[in-house]
Amino acid sequence: MILGKVIGRVVVSTKYEGLEGKKFLMVQPTDEKWQPRGDAVVAIDTVMAGLGDPVYMVLSREAALALDPWFVPVDHTIVGIVDSVDLVPEA
Amino acid sequence: MTLGKVIGTVVSTIKHPEYNGLKLFVIQPVDTNGKPNDETFLAVDVVQAGVGDTVLVLREGNGIRQIFKKKNLPIRSCVVGVVDHVEKGCWASR
Repeated sequence: MILGKVIGRVVVSTKYEGLEGKKFLMVQPTDEKWQPRGDAVVAIDTVMAGLGDPVYMVLSREAALALDPWFVPVDHTIVGIVDSVDLVPEA
Repeated sequence: MTLGKVIGTVVSTIKHPEYNGLKLFVIQPVDTNGKPNDETFLAVDVVQAGVGDTVLVLREGNGIRQIFKKKNLPIRSCVVGVVDHVEKGCWASR
C-alpha cells in the first residue's frame, strides 16, 4: 500500500462492465512526508475521498479485491483516508 | 519477504472495512546493513511490531490472505516478523 493525495476527479462514461457507479479519482502518489513521488494515477475510490484528501491506496491485483464485484480491471484503489502519519524523529 | 524498518504509523478513521482493527505502519525497505534501499510503503501488522523495529515484510497478497484466512482481502503488504539480527558472510567467506 502507498500514500497519495487526491488531486482531481475523472469522469468516465464508457467503461468496462463491473465498473459502473465507481468513482474515479486522480491521485498523486507521495512519500511519507507528502512529497510527490512519480506520476499521478487514476484510482477507484471506496471511502468517499474528496479533492485534496490524503489517502492510501492498494495496488495491483489486491486493488480489484477491494471492490464489489471484485473481478474487475483495476490496479489502484483508495482504501483509506489518512488522519495523520506519525514518524519517528530522524536520528 | 524483504527487510524493512518501521519508521512511522498511519492513523486513519475512514477506511475499507477489511482494514478495521489493523495497525498500519510506514515501512522503509533496508538492506542487510540497515541502509534504506527503496521507496517507503505501508504495511499492516500481525506480530505486534513497534516503531523503530527492523522487520520482515511480506509483499504479496496471496500469502497475506492465507495469514488472515480470507478469500478477498485487499491487502498487499504485511509485517510478518521482527528481526533480531542479520548474520552475514557465512556463505561468502567459504
